Amino acid sequence: MSDDTKQIIAEKLTVGYGDNILLKEINFNVNKHDIFVIMGGSGCGKSSLLRVLTGLVPPISGKIFINGKNFTGTNQQQKKQIMQDSGILYQSGALFSSMTLAENVALPLQLYRDYTDEQIKELVSLKLALVGLAGFEEYYPSEISGGMKKRAGLARALALDPEIVYFDEPSAGLDPISSKLLDDLILDINHSLGTTIVIVTHELASIFAIGNNSIFLDGTSKSIVGQGNPVEMLKNPPNETVYQFLTRGKQKDAQKTK
Amino acid sequence: MNEDLKYEINKDLLKITLSGDYLLYDNQKQKSALYDVAKNSAINKIAIDAKNLGQWDSTLVVILFELIKIADFRKINIEPKSFPQGLSSLINLAFAVNRNPPSPEQKSSFSLEAIGAWGYDIYKSFCKGLAFIGQSIKAFGKVIIGKSQMRGIDFSFALEACSLNALPIVSLISFMVGLILAFVGAVQLSSFGAQIYVASLVTIGMTRIMGAIMTGIIMAGRTGASYAAAIGTMQVNEEIDALKTMGINPVDFLVTPRMLALVVTMPILTMWSDIMGMLGGGFVGVTMLGIPIQKYYEMSVNAISLNNFLVGIFHGFVFGIVIAVCGCYYGIYCGRNADSVGVSTTKAVVSAIIWMIVMTGIITVICQELEI
Ligand SMILES: Nc1ncnc2c1ncn2[C@@H]1O[C@H](COP(=O)(O)OP(=O)(O)OP(=O)(O)O)[C@@H](O)[C@H]1O
Ligand SMILES: [Mg+2]
Repeated sequence: MSDDTKQIIAEKLTVGYGDNILLKEINFNVNKHDIFVIMGGSGCGKSSLLRVLTGLVPPISGKIFINGKNFTGTNQQQKKQIMQDSGILYQSGALFSSMTLAENVALPLQLYRDYTDEQIKELVSLKLALVGLAGFEEYYPSEISGGMKKRAGLARALALDPEIVYFDEPSAGLDPISSKLLDDLILDINHSLGTTIVIVTHELASIFAIGNNSIFLDGTSKSIVGQGNPVEMLKNPPNETVYQFLTRGKQKDAQKTK
Repeated sequence: MNEDLKYEINKDLLKITLSGDYLLYDNQKQKSALYDVAKNSAINKIAIDAKNLGQWDSTLVVILFELIKIADFRKINIEPKSFPQGLSSLINLAFAVNRNPPSPEQKSSFSLEAIGAWGYDIYKSFCKGLAFIGQSIKAFGKVIIGKSQMRGIDFSFALEACSLNALPIVSLISFMVGLILAFVGAVQLSSFGAQIYVASLVTIGMTRIMGAIMTGIIMAGRTGASYAAAIGTMQVNEEIDALKTMGINPVDFLVTPRMLALVVTMPILTMWSDIMGMLGGGFVGVTMLGIPIQKYYEMSVNAISLNNFLVGIFHGFVFGIVIAVCGCYYGIYCGRNADSVGVSTTKAVVSAIIWMIVMTGIITVICQELEI
C-alpha cells in the first residue's frame, strides 16, 4: 500500500489532559475513502481523540499526518489550511444559535471561497436539500428538532466539500429511523463524493452497516485492543471485551457451547 | 416493621443476620458500629445470612456495599448466604466497573501549600487575563487594518443591544440618582441657606463621576452578564469548538463586535446619564426647593466644566473596556456545563465592578497629580 492512499496517520499518539492520560502511544491509519469507526467504552477518550485529530486540543506527544502533511507540528496558518479540507459534526450539532440554518451553512463559504452571494445561496440550498432540510433555510436552530440540528450540522460540515468528515456520536438521541437515515446519508456521501469518514459511535447497527475499518479503544490499558473491519472483527474477535461490545455483552464461551 | 441490624462476633468471625424488612433504614449509630467492628483487626471473616430477609431497598444495599469495600480493603473473606437474586445482582453491578479515576484535586483546608496553590492560581489567571487582553488588542488591530473575521451584522446587533435597549434603564437610574443627590445635598445646604448650590452639586457630581459609575454598574449587570452568559452557552454547545475548527478566531468573531459596541456606546450612555441626573436634580430643585427653573438652569450650566465632563466621559470609556473584557473573558473560559455558565456570569459581573472601582481609583490619583 503506497503512502498516498493514507488520509490520516497517527504515530505514537498520546492523548489526555494534564496528568490524566487517556490513550498511550497509539498508532493507526485511516485510508482514503474509508468509513473509519472509533469504538470503545464510555469515557475511554473517543471524543478526546477526535478533538486531537481535529486540532482543538494538542496531543501530549506523538504525531498526526493528514494527507502526508504533519498536522501537529505546523503553525496556525497551515493548520487552518488543512482544517479547511475537513468538516466536523459535533455531538450536539453545534449550530450557531444566532444564525439561521442558511447563514450557518453559508459561513464557511463566505470565509473561504470567493463566490458571489447568488452562488452561495444556491450552494446553501443544495447542501440543505442533500440532508433533507430543503425549505428550512430561514429557520433558527432553536426552532428545529435534535435530529434536524444534526443534519443541519452535517450540511455545514459538507459546505466546503471536505475530504474528511468527522462525526461524534451522530446517532445519539435519534430514533431508529432517523439514525438509519443518517447512516444512509453518510454512506451516500462516502460513495458519491469519496469523502473519508471518521466516526465515533456506539450504535452497533451503524457500525456493521457502514464501517469498513475501525479501532477499538480500551480505557484500562489506554491502548487499541482491536483493529480492522468490524464484521471481520466480530467473526474473529481479538479479545473478550471487543466481542462483548460487538454482541451487546454476550459471553464468548457461552457462544461456543451452543 | 423495620428490623435492626443484628450482628454477633464469634472469635474472628463477624456474623450478620438479616431478617425482616429493611426499608429506609436510618440507624446511623448501629451502622457505624457495624463498620467499626468490620474494620477491627480481630475480625478475619464476615458472614452475612439473608435467609429471613423480607423487603429491602437501597439503604440495605449501601450497607452491604460498604462492608464489601471494607473487606476488600482489608483483604478478608466475606461470605454472603442465601441472598435474593435482585440484591446480589445490584451489588455485582456496583462493582462491575472499578476503574479508580484519578482523584480530583485535594482541597486541603489551611496549609502553606494551600496558600501557595492559591497564589499560583491567582498568578495563572492573571496571566490568562493578560493574554486575553493581548488577543483582544490584536483583534482590534485587525479590525483597523480590515483583516478581521468580524461580521458587520454581529456588530450592529451588539450595538443595538447596548445602546437603544439600555437607554430606558440608564435613564431611570440616573434620574433617580440625580434626585437623591439633590435631596441629600439640599438637607445639608439649607442649614446655611445655600440651597441654590444644589444645582452645582448635582451637576458636578453627575458629570465628574456618578454618571459614569451608575452607567458602568448598570451595564455590568446588564450587558457584561449577557456577554458572559451568551458566549458561555456557546462554549457549552460546542459552538466555539466549531468556530475554531472552521478556522475562525473566536475572539474576532464573538468578542470583537461586543467589545467594540460597548466601547463605542459607554461614553455616549455616560453623557446621557449625566443629562438625566441633572434633570433629576432639577426636578427636586424646582418642585420641592422652589428654585426658579431659569435660575437652576443657569447655575447648572455654570457648574459644568469641560474638565469634569471629559473626565466623566473618559471613565465611561474605560468602564466600557473593563465590562467588555470581563464579560467576554469569563464567557470564553466558561466550563462545559450549564452550571459553569452561571458561575461565569457571576464572576463577570463581580470582577467588572471590582475592576471599575480600581480603575476609578487609578484615574482619580492620576487626575490629582495632573491637577485636572
Ligand atoms: N476538558 C477536559 N479536561 C479534563 N478532562 C477531560 C476533559 N474532557 C474530558 N475529560 C476526561 O477524559 C475522559 C474521556 O472523555 P471523553 O469525552 O473523551 O470520553 P468518550 O470516550 O468520548 O466517552 P463517551 O462515549 O461517554 O462520549 C473522561 O474521563 C473525562 O473525565
Ligand atoms: Mg464522547
